[in-house]
Formats: sequence, C-alpha cells, structure tokens
Amino acid sequence: MSFTAISAKGLGKRYAIGAAKHRYLTFRETLVNAFSSSMRRLKPRSQSAGLRSADFWALQDVSFDIQPGETVGVIGRNGAGKSTLLKIISQITEPTQGEVHVRGRVGTLLEIGTGFHPELTGNENVYLYGAILGMRRAEIARKFDEIVAFAEMEKFIETPVKRYSSGMYMRLAFAVAAHLETEILLVDEVLAVGDARFQQRCLGKMEDVSNQGRTVVFVSHNMAAITRLCRRAIWLNDGKLVMDGSAIEVGSQYLNADVGGIAERVWLPGNAPSNTIVRLCAARVITEAGKVSPEMDVRFKIGVEIEYEILEAGHSVVPNYHFYGADGTHLFMALDDKWMQKPRAVGRYRSTGWIPGNILTEGLVTVGVGMMQAEPFMVQFHAVDAVAFYMVDNLKPGSARGGYAGKMPGVIRPKLTWDTRLLEKDE
Amino acid sequence: MVSKFVSEPANVIVPPERILKPRRGWGGLGLEQLWKYRELLYFLAWRDVKVRYKQTVLGIGWAIIQPFMTMVVFSVFFGRLAKVPSDGLPYPIFAFAALVPWTFFSSALNSSAGSLQGSTNLLTKVYFPRLIIPMASILPGVIDFGIAFVILCGMMVYYGVVPTWNVVFLPLLAILALFVALGVGLWASALNVKYRDIRYTIPFATQLWLFATPVAYPSSLLDEPWRTVYALNPMVSVVEGFRGALLNRAMPSLTMFAVSGVIALLMFITGVYYFRRTERYFADII
Repeated sequence: MSFTAISAKGLGKRYAIGAAKHRYLTFRETLVNAFSSSMRRLKPRSQSAGLRSADFWALQDVSFDIQPGETVGVIGRNGAGKSTLLKIISQITEPTQGEVHVRGRVGTLLEIGTGFHPELTGNENVYLYGAILGMRRAEIARKFDEIVAFAEMEKFIETPVKRYSSGMYMRLAFAVAAHLETEILLVDEVLAVGDARFQQRCLGKMEDVSNQGRTVVFVSHNMAAITRLCRRAIWLNDGKLVMDGSAIEVGSQYLNADVGGIAERVWLPGNAPSNTIVRLCAARVITEAGKVSPEMDVRFKIGVEIEYEILEAGHSVVPNYHFYGADGTHLFMALDDKWMQKPRAVGRYRSTGWIPGNILTEGLVTVGVGMMQAEPFMVQFHAVDAVAFYMVDNLKPGSARGGYAGKMPGVIRPKLTWDTRLLEKDE
Repeated sequence: MVSKFVSEPANVIVPPERILKPRRGWGGLGLEQLWKYRELLYFLAWRDVKVRYKQTVLGIGWAIIQPFMTMVVFSVFFGRLAKVPSDGLPYPIFAFAALVPWTFFSSALNSSAGSLQGSTNLLTKVYFPRLIIPMASILPGVIDFGIAFVILCGMMVYYGVVPTWNVVFLPLLAILALFVALGVGLWASALNVKYRDIRYTIPFATQLWLFATPVAYPSSLLDEPWRTVYALNPMVSVVEGFRGALLNRAMPSLTMFAVSGVIALLMFITGVYYFRRTERYFADII
C-alpha cells in the first residue's frame, strides 16, 4: 500500500512576460505583429533571440512526493510560484515541463467565494458553489444542514448573498468547501481573512481533514499557521524548491533568509557596530544547553549572548537588548544592571541575558543589541536586528497553551500560576 | 518522516492515478469528464436562468419581446412598405416562424462567444472541463425558445394555419441550429480569450448573418442551383424547415439539408478542436 498522493517530477511552468503584461491581445495587434515579425525575419537573427528571453519561469524543476495523509505547507514570498504549483496540481493550468502524478480527487479551496453569485440566496449558492467544487447534488443535499450549521448561517440562508457581510460570505464559502470529501485538499491563503474565531475553526476543520487520512497541501505566507498545522513544509523561492523538510526547520530557515535575521552573527573589526570605547564582536541566540538555534521552544529559557571588546578603560558600559515582534512591536528592553556604575577594564567580554521560558509568544522575534552608559546617559552604539529567532509552540505539555490549539492573541504569552478553589459546594 | 498513515491497515483503496503533463494534440471531446461534471452544467445554466428572472423587471417577457418586436418591425417595413413576398402567407406569421429559431440561434451565439470571458474567476480558480462554460451559456436560451414557440403556436391558431406531419422534424432542426451556434460559439469564445476584439465583431456578424438567412424574405426568391448553394449557410435549412413544417409550405430539399448538415457538423467539429487545443492556456492568459 505504498503509493504517493502527489508526486511532482521536474515540474516547470513558463510564462511569456509580454503576455503577462498585456494579458491579451487584440486581433488587430496580432495581424500587425505577424506583419512586423515577417519583416524582422529579413534582419539578423540576434533580435529574435532577444525576444525569447522575455519568458520567465514561474516554476522550475520542482520535484517532491507527498504521501496520503500528510499535511504539507508551501511557503515562499509573493511570486515564488506557490499558487502556480497549486494551479498545476489542481489541473487549472498545464505544466510546461515535467509532470505530476496525482492519486485521488482534488478539491481546491482557492480565494473563497469564487463562484458565488450575489443575486442568489445563501441556499442557492451552497448548491452552486458545491457543484463548482465538484460535489454531486445529492452529496450537497445530504450535507446541507451540516454546512449551514458550521457556517452559523441558519437565519440568513434564504437571503441573497449580496446582503451578506464579507465575513458571512466567507464563512458560508468555507463551510461548503470544508465539506468536500476529496482525498486531496488544496488550500490557498484562505485563513488570511475572517475574524480570529472563524480562522481558528477553519484551522480546526483542516486538522480534522488531515486526521481522516486525507492529504492537505496548504499554501500560506503565515509561517505560524504552517508550523501549527503542518509537519512538513516546502519552501519555494523564484520558482525553485529551496528546502523540503520538517515545517519547523524549513520555517526557521525561511524566516532567517527572508527577514535577514540569523541566530548567530559575527562581526569583523572593520564593520562591527562600535565606537572608541567598545566594539561588538558577535551575537547569538542560544538554548539553555548553549546550542545556537534559530528556533526556540516557548517553554524553555532563551539566551541572547554577545561578545564584545572594551577598547578604552574606565567607562561604564551597559549591554542592553531590545526585543521586537514579527510585526515590529517593541516587546521590551532589558539591560545588564550590574555594570551601571562600574568602570570596566580593557578586554574581551561575553554577556548573556536569559529570557525565562513561557514569556514570549509564537512567531519571529528580532533582537537589537545596544551598548550605553547610564550616568551621564549616552548610547555607545545600537545594532538594529542583530539576531533573530523563531518561537515555536509544539503543543507539548508545559506551554501556556495547555494543549489548546486555537489562536492565542497578544504580544507575550506568560504562563500564569493559577489558584482556583471551590468556595462553596452546591448540593 | 514516518507518517501515521503507514500504520493503518493495508485495505485502503488506491485511487486511480492521473498524470498531469504538457498535453499534445487535442484529446477528443473529453466526454467522460463532461459526463462527470454534468451537474455543474445544469447548475451554471440554472444560475443564469435564476439570476435573469431575479434581476429583470420583465423576466420571462424578454423571451417574447425580442422576436415579437422584430416581427412587428419586419412586418411594417418589409411586409407593408417594401412588399417583400411571403410565399402567400400573412407576413407576420411568415416572419415569426423564422424569427423563433433565428433568435434562439443568435442569442446562443452571442452568449457563448462572451461566456469564457464572463467566467474568468472560475477558469483561473477551479478545474472542470472548460467546454461546460459555453455549453451552459446556451441552455437558458432553450427556455426562451420554448416560450417563443408557444407564442408562435398562438399565432398559428389566430391565422388558422395547420401544421403538417413534418413537425416531427422540428427537434432535428433545433438541434441543427444548436450545433451551428455551438460550433461558431466555441470558435468565438476561445478566440475571445486571446483576442478581445472578437466579442465586438459577434453582434455585427450576427446581423449580417440575419440578412444572409431567409428570415425577412423567402428563399424561393432564388432559383436552383443557387438555392442549394444558399444552404451552405446552415441556418437557411433551419429557418425554411421551420416554415415548411409549421406553415404547411414545401420543405427544403434533402440536398439542402445534407449540405447544411455537413457544414454544421464541420463548424462544430473544428470548433471543438480549436477549443480543446487552446483551452490549456485559458487560465494563463484570460
């Protein structure tokens, strides 16, 4: 019983840039072009060779195998080829090179609401959209109540969808798509919209789908969603497969490359952040065991370690760190207060600041490293984005999630100590 | 990575494999896929019908107004003023018997020509046999045709015209018109994906075609062999066939039907061929 659900071999897709820019021609233009290209043929060859270079490869030599029951995330920047890949797998477009072998029905959850007609009622759109996604009428009828209940649309199901809010629209569309019973489900960025509560239910539904042994391919920029939902991730960049491996590993590599942050950075004397008093040599993010790593378990202590040289004796030099969230929120600042009033001797130092476990929340954290003196206050230097790391919550016991898989908002996620007592027992 | 799947019992049915790769040739009609997606065909047609009756004031009325008003205009200008012969029939029913199939044909042609462009969203987001789109766009016209046909029957009663046994050929004639409309519609819709000015030529072409078809005048104006040559326009046989069967006139000759039938089939087959050849890049360039 060893078969693959999706097997891509040397997949490539070429687009003509000219066609992408103009998208379509008029018949007149084609006639004019045909005429001018026949004229061009009289001229030297080199010009027509130049035209070929206007092609661009949205996908190039991409190969992978996906086993049934796997949930695979596809990450990459805009234009990396993620959507092209889904379009090929879902048979919307043909590859230019290579081939994909697909076993099982493919259901696509692309840009929700495609195919909804605003004039029709919710009820009618459920049938229409279901048919578009490839469901049988009998199948839709059988699941109709379940779909409406999942979308929580019982009251408005006979209202034309043009009167729906965008959230209602989305809920109904997702509900239909989520009840597709295909062996393979392709999901493209649907979770980017909708309120937090609904997003969470979508994620839950997708987890159900993969628990049923069905294959899910999930395309997103949202690294957190991918690491939460997928064990495995495929990273595409400029149409090429950069990395294929565990979601956490790929995720952190992707963030490192994409954000420009790294877990360790070493500066040469020439370009190090410095002034006449102090020079930064290195910065790294380490686990409690001292291992440098771009990914940190939310449950454990995280160390930010710096090495620096004091070039001039007699000054107070206070290392300080600034922590930023993925969206740039300044999470907090910390400083090494032992050195506030203490002049330093010339030499090489190492300072490590430890963040306790269960403080930071999931996602990317970037660290700025600064040196200052307190009295009189003076900033010696500040290295913005010196290092970055990725906080991961694997839903293992001991995190503030307590096994809860939904969205936990907030910039930090401390684990509180709880004290609950039964005050009075009602019989 | 060891997936949990491995530990499951080995009695899972292995689904059939599909290989997606660059396609060569045209791969036929793809009837199997069309059959699989027949319900989508139904739902898309159903959507068009529903939406039309929800959005418009006159709803069903449009199916009658268009051929009826054309009939009135033709009767006044061609029948009354220009005194165009009408094979000895009252001009209004002479014209209307032709306008019913003609309107069916021209609206099918117009809606299929723009159908792919109107479904850009679906084409770029979801897979289904692309032929469904132009096919579905034609179906709502069948309802209009039915309604207009009822009016035609009413007029026949009014003018006291008794149909002949030839009415049994009417479905065949309607299918002939459908094939011509679909053949040209497939060409136009596929071309329109690539060349956006095709859509604008269709109403103009339909108008020219109307005057190249004996709707406002009888084909008896032409003598043989030209009348048979005339049948190269398949709509000639359709329109004259309708008149012959319903209004108790001579049917077009078998040769004419043969010529029209061959041309219609040719239009349809080349239309499907061109459509299937080009559909692979619809999603990329539409």
